[in-house]
Amino acid sequence: MQIKESTTIYDAIIVGSGAGGGMSTKILADAGLKVAVVEAGPYFDPADPEQRTQLKWPYESPRRGAGTTRVFGEWDMAYGGFEIEGQPYTQKDGTKFEWFRSQMLGGRTNHWGRISLRFGPDDFKRKDIDGLGENWPISYDDVKPYYDKLDKLIGVFGTKENLPNDPDGFFLPPPKPRLHELFYIKGARKSNMPVIPGRLSMLTKKINNDRGVCFYCGQCGRSCQVYADFSSGSCLIFPAQKNGGQIDLYVNAMVREVTTDAEGKATGVSYVNREDRKEYKLKGKVVILAASACSSARILLNSKSAQHPNGLGNSSDLVGRYLHDSTGSSRAGFIPDLMNRKTSYNEDGVGGMHVYTPWWLDNKNLDFPRGYHIEVWGGMGMPNYGFGFNANEFNRFFGLPTGGYGDSLRADVKKYYGSVIGFGGRGESIAQRDNYCEIDPTTVDEFGIPVLRFHYKWTDYERLQAKHMQETFEELIHNMGGEVLGDTPTKEQDYGLHNPGNIIHEVGTTRMGDNPRTSVTNKYQQLHDCDNVFITDAGPFTSQADKNCTWTILALSWRASEYIVDQLKQQNI
Amino acid sequence: MDRRDSLKSIILGSVAGSLIIHGCKPGTETPETSTSAASDEHYFGRTPEELELIDKLNAEQFFNEHEMETITVLCNLILPPNEKGGIEEAGVPEFIEFMAKDIPQLQTTFRGGLMWLDHKSNTEFGTEFKVTAEAQQKQILDEIAFYDHKIPISEQPLEIQFFALMRDHTLTGYYTSKIGIEDLGYKGNTPNVWDGVPQDVLDQHGVAYDEEWLAKCVDQSKRGVIAEWDDDGNLLT
Repeated sequence: MQIKESTTIYDAIIVGSGAGGGMSTKILADAGLKVAVVEAGPYFDPADPEQRTQLKWPYESPRRGAGTTRVFGEWDMAYGGFEIEGQPYTQKDGTKFEWFRSQMLGGRTNHWGRISLRFGPDDFKRKDIDGLGENWPISYDDVKPYYDKLDKLIGVFGTKENLPNDPDGFFLPPPKPRLHELFYIKGARKSNMPVIPGRLSMLTKKINNDRGVCFYCGQCGRSCQVYADFSSGSCLIFPAQKNGGQIDLYVNAMVREVTTDAEGKATGVSYVNREDRKEYKLKGKVVILAASACSSARILLNSKSAQHPNGLGNSSDLVGRYLHDSTGSSRAGFIPDLMNRKTSYNEDGVGGMHVYTPWWLDNKNLDFPRGYHIEVWGGMGMPNYGFGFNANEFNRFFGLPTGGYGDSLRADVKKYYGSVIGFGGRGESIAQRDNYCEIDPTTVDEFGIPVLRFHYKWTDYERLQAKHMQETFEELIHNMGGEVLGDTPTKEQDYGLHNPGNIIHEVGTTRMGDNPRTSVTNKYQQLHDCDNVFITDAGPFTSQADKNCTWTILALSWRASEYIVDQLKQQNI
Repeated sequence: MDRRDSLKSIILGSVAGSLIIHGCKPGTETPETSTSAASDEHYFGRTPEELELIDKLNAEQFFNEHEMETITVLCNLILPPNEKGGIEEAGVPEFIEFMAKDIPQLQTTFRGGLMWLDHKSNTEFGTEFKVTAEAQQKQILDEIAFYDHKIPISEQPLEIQFFALMRDHTLTGYYTSKIGIEDLGYKGNTPNVWDGVPQDVLDQHGVAYDEEWLAKCVDQSKRGVIAEWDDDGNLLT
């Protein structure tokens, strides 16, 4: 089979169209460069009526929203999931890493929670504080201008709180709390825990003439048809196209490797067209990998050549290493004071929390390093598959029988509707050299591309943090006069700590640093080993704060992309 | 531009130039607020592969006619109709048929449980469950409808597991239907402007907003005005 080569030489080839790739596309195209965007999945536009799931009712589907084909329910706007047919990944030494992939234009930005937190000054220099992990080679001051521009370009609601490690930005005003959130505020204050308005990238107010304003359907996970939430397609790639950008979009194109020349410089990429299952090559002056931390590591490791025998950018043997996800642990409670609710109003709100608790404690008094924030959910949501299961389970708290049949079930469903509140703790883990993804020498995917094999063990740092989350959640539920649901997770259950990867904040596989022996990229996310290859996904994160990673992916991608434009103009690369 | 035309141009894996996509996205016609957001009745956002799976499952029949009749009788006992309608208007039996194919792990419990019902009814009353008198049907259900919440459901007898599964699917099928959602009273899934919990609801639950917090929240009368800030991040508009 002959590989088909395109004759065009792009200024840059961008692999992946999620947060990092979308931002690179916008910055490079706006600067007048000719770019190719290579995306593994199909074209997607949330405004397309055929693809849209927003405002669909459960009865429009025969499975009523069940998660058979989409793990977060069938309305979720991610094409992919933790398992993708024909694209396996494997595990080593009993590891249970969960790898979520979304293959479509915009990637995971179409369904994410839009929680948009800046890393704070301490988050870039944690080693200086607790001696663990590694400092970033950059500081908050290097990133702040990009966070500022990002807030104005994309939009994020929030409030000025003057918290030292949760920096304020250019915020849109937040929505008012919902009923269960008022209960949360009261409960948290009882334990002297701070609660502040959420910080999410949804437009509670108009930000420009191209995007609509939030209409409070609570369905950002379905991607917004009026572009009132941030998705990479609707907020970065489409506007760059509209602006006259020279953007060639290659969809359903699975990148196999970065190609290099006799000097070891990148010449472009090769990919498999999923439609005709043939291999193609694209040529570019610069290659930007933004396929997600693990996918980009996979491409690098699969890009072996005489000049890069250990894989591209891997002379340090660190590609794939220091893989780390946020810690996560969850709990829910039944709140009797939230029973018998009036359904006279619509409380969908935005698709996420209107209030949250940023990390609030001092590690000096704790048995674990780093911290976590608390996300809150609850309310009278739209029924979907699973609604009404164990309908009167809470009868047990009143000494009443559970189960039964007949009209009483109808009354029970209404009585308990909206009476549950839940918490998710999302915290910072310590990046470990021994937590990694690598190429599995025995397995390929349906495109013949060698797949990833994971090795990831939590340490007691993360387990003890999860234990603290559980204790906090139970205290909060008691403060609200509620009943904790489920048993307290035990030590053997890692205190309810989710498997690594499950929180879908995996970062660190091509970490940045000044020293080429202890890092893969420099502070501009440029490979130490190959100066015309950059990584603009979360791979270069040296550490990950207890903040969700997307806002920082975007800010850093903007920063790296400006550097690329500058270097191309100066003909340095 | 029609998406089918644009898809023709986006030959999968080949170049789709920026011009091709220009015509497909909203520009200034994007609604200023959101009231034009609409749900299209012809699609429900499935990928071609997902539609294929649904067609395939719809072409199969899992429960036979007798089983479907028994399911209908049983679901009506679990949730008798009221003035809004009942499980038949909500399409619950068809939904259960679909889910048995969509999640094959449910099949044995469903089918085995239906057999158990008929066996029990035949043994005690000499007729199949679906035609047994309602009082006798209820006599059977009374034995299996309640579960011990202290024991995991998977460790309870099959007939109790079966009934719990039927009750779960009856309720979920009903409350995810149009009439069930109306019966429940859910008011969302429609464009609106959230401006806080109504006062009567706050009063009922004994909570209140603090003024300081409210002062930071969005002024919905200015939601259509483009945001501008001063250099310190204070919103000016």
